[in-house]
Amino acid sequence: MALMTKDPRPSGRAADDRPGRDGAHHAVATVTELHRSFGATHVLKGVDLEIRRGEFVALLGRSGSGKSTLLRSLARLDAAPSRQLQVDGAVSVAFQEPRLLPWRKVEDNVALALANGPLSRSRRTHARRALDEVGLAEKRDAWPGSLSGGQAQRVSLARALVREPDLLLLDEPFSALDALTRLEMHRLVIALWKRHRPGVLLVTHDVDEALALADRVLVLDQGRVAAQWALDVPRDRRRDHVQTATTRARVLDALGVDADIRTDDTTESGAA
Amino acid sequence: MTALLTPQAVGEAEGLERPGRRRQLRNHADRLSWLRRWVSPVLIVLSWQMLSSAGILTEDVLASPLQILTTGAELIAEGTLQSATATSISRVLSGFLIGATSGLLLALVAGLSRIGEDAVDPPMQMLRTLPHFGLIPLFIVWMGIGETPKIALIAMGVAFPLYLNTFAGIRSVDRKLLEAARTLNLTRRQRLRHVIVPGALPQALVGLRQSLGVAWLSLIVAETVSADSGLGYLINDAREFLKTDVIVVGLAVYSLLGLLTDSLVRLIERRALAWRS
Repeated sequence: MALMTKDPRPSGRAADDRPGRDGAHHAVATVTELHRSFGATHVLKGVDLEIRRGEFVALLGRSGSGKSTLLRSLARLDAAPSRQLQVDGAVSVAFQEPRLLPWRKVEDNVALALANGPLSRSRRTHARRALDEVGLAEKRDAWPGSLSGGQAQRVSLARALVREPDLLLLDEPFSALDALTRLEMHRLVIALWKRHRPGVLLVTHDVDEALALADRVLVLDQGRVAAQWALDVPRDRRRDHVQTATTRARVLDALGVDADIRTDDTTESGAA
Repeated sequence: MTALLTPQAVGEAEGLERPGRRRQLRNHADRLSWLRRWVSPVLIVLSWQMLSSAGILTEDVLASPLQILTTGAELIAEGTLQSATATSISRVLSGFLIGATSGLLLALVAGLSRIGEDAVDPPMQMLRTLPHFGLIPLFIVWMGIGETPKIALIAMGVAFPLYLNTFAGIRSVDRKLLEAARTLNLTRRQRLRHVIVPGALPQALVGLRQSLGVAWLSLIVAETVSADSGLGYLINDAREFLKTDVIVVGLAVYSLLGLLTDSLVRLIERRALAWRS
């Protein structure tokens, strides 16, 4: 059953998603009472969040709820105070746009992620392996400009994962893709996550995407974590699974989507 | 050529069944239109030669094409043309190096820091409105009529287009790419090398092309105003004796040099910007 909980560590997880790994209960990111303001706008008003190694967390929220701000703080793209925000280990980000350097070949783009890491010396080998993992080994000599949207996003994922991050931040990385490509990407992300076991924070405005992928779904509202649910339905998840359906109703409720239009085909109603 | 065709070839290979055949056909058509484009220039030269041979176009107005060719060959045989050209090239080269270095350095300072922009950009924007040929009298007052004012004039002409375009290029670099580079833990220097420089390069190369054009123009103006050696001297000396054949030979060398540097930049563009299909 979906648990409505204020405890960030819900119990009762699905065994198939949780192969034993050392430090599985170790937090890779701890956010405590995080406040962020830009000028007069108070965007985050005391966010508490913990992401554990190997945990897949989805963050939902309407536009302006502060979910991108939270992700940017975790990515260290703004100067959030360190006592409110602790990240243990390497962080990688995949953005909504692939953000590949158009003047570097695909493989070079991936290898660049290892320029300063401990894997620097063997970065070509690692880059090739990462491209192989996302099924684009044959594109390693291509210019990013020649890739399709889905392919470019897969390269972006390879670039994020080649660093073996402890925390993987996904900033609406599938929202610009067509529906079929998006489904393929969901499968790929789950497969990669199972193999590498980073903690994942997926920021999305697609409720069904969150329900399909995450162990835990958070709703951010007015700068705070308004509610969260744990999901222990095995993947690939069916949308009509009772727990998924119940959680879906509650998430839509938390997002303030009117009950009357909350029929089964309001897939995009949660979209902000 | 290969570098230019590669990205296109990739694009075509996806969309077309037989890209090789299609390219062949297009090359054939290209060759035909290339030939067609030569018809009118050849006709003009032929009628020019006929007018000269008929005595309608006299030599003190404009020498015949054959005469010009002969004179060109003589000037080469004497070595006059080579030494004059070498002198002019070395002027352009020194002026270009000084102007390009200062233009690029200023663009980097202005492009990479806000303080640099505030310090460098306003005076540069004000100075660029000056027509730089208008500075010749001032340069002569300051530096006399030797090599210095010529090189200074070329350097001035080169620095501005290179500064303006490189600065704009640096500022146009996609901030999202810089952000992505930061999440990859690239150092400031690495971000400069992998993101800012290649991102600014297309616009900087536009500046390079403009500045080389201005460099040759500045050379011609400077050498026409005063010179005791170089192509400009050759031309001015010939003017005194109404030797239009020598003048035309000098002009031909000027335009050939301009053409040469322009195709050099095109070559650099083709290789450095191969990623843009």
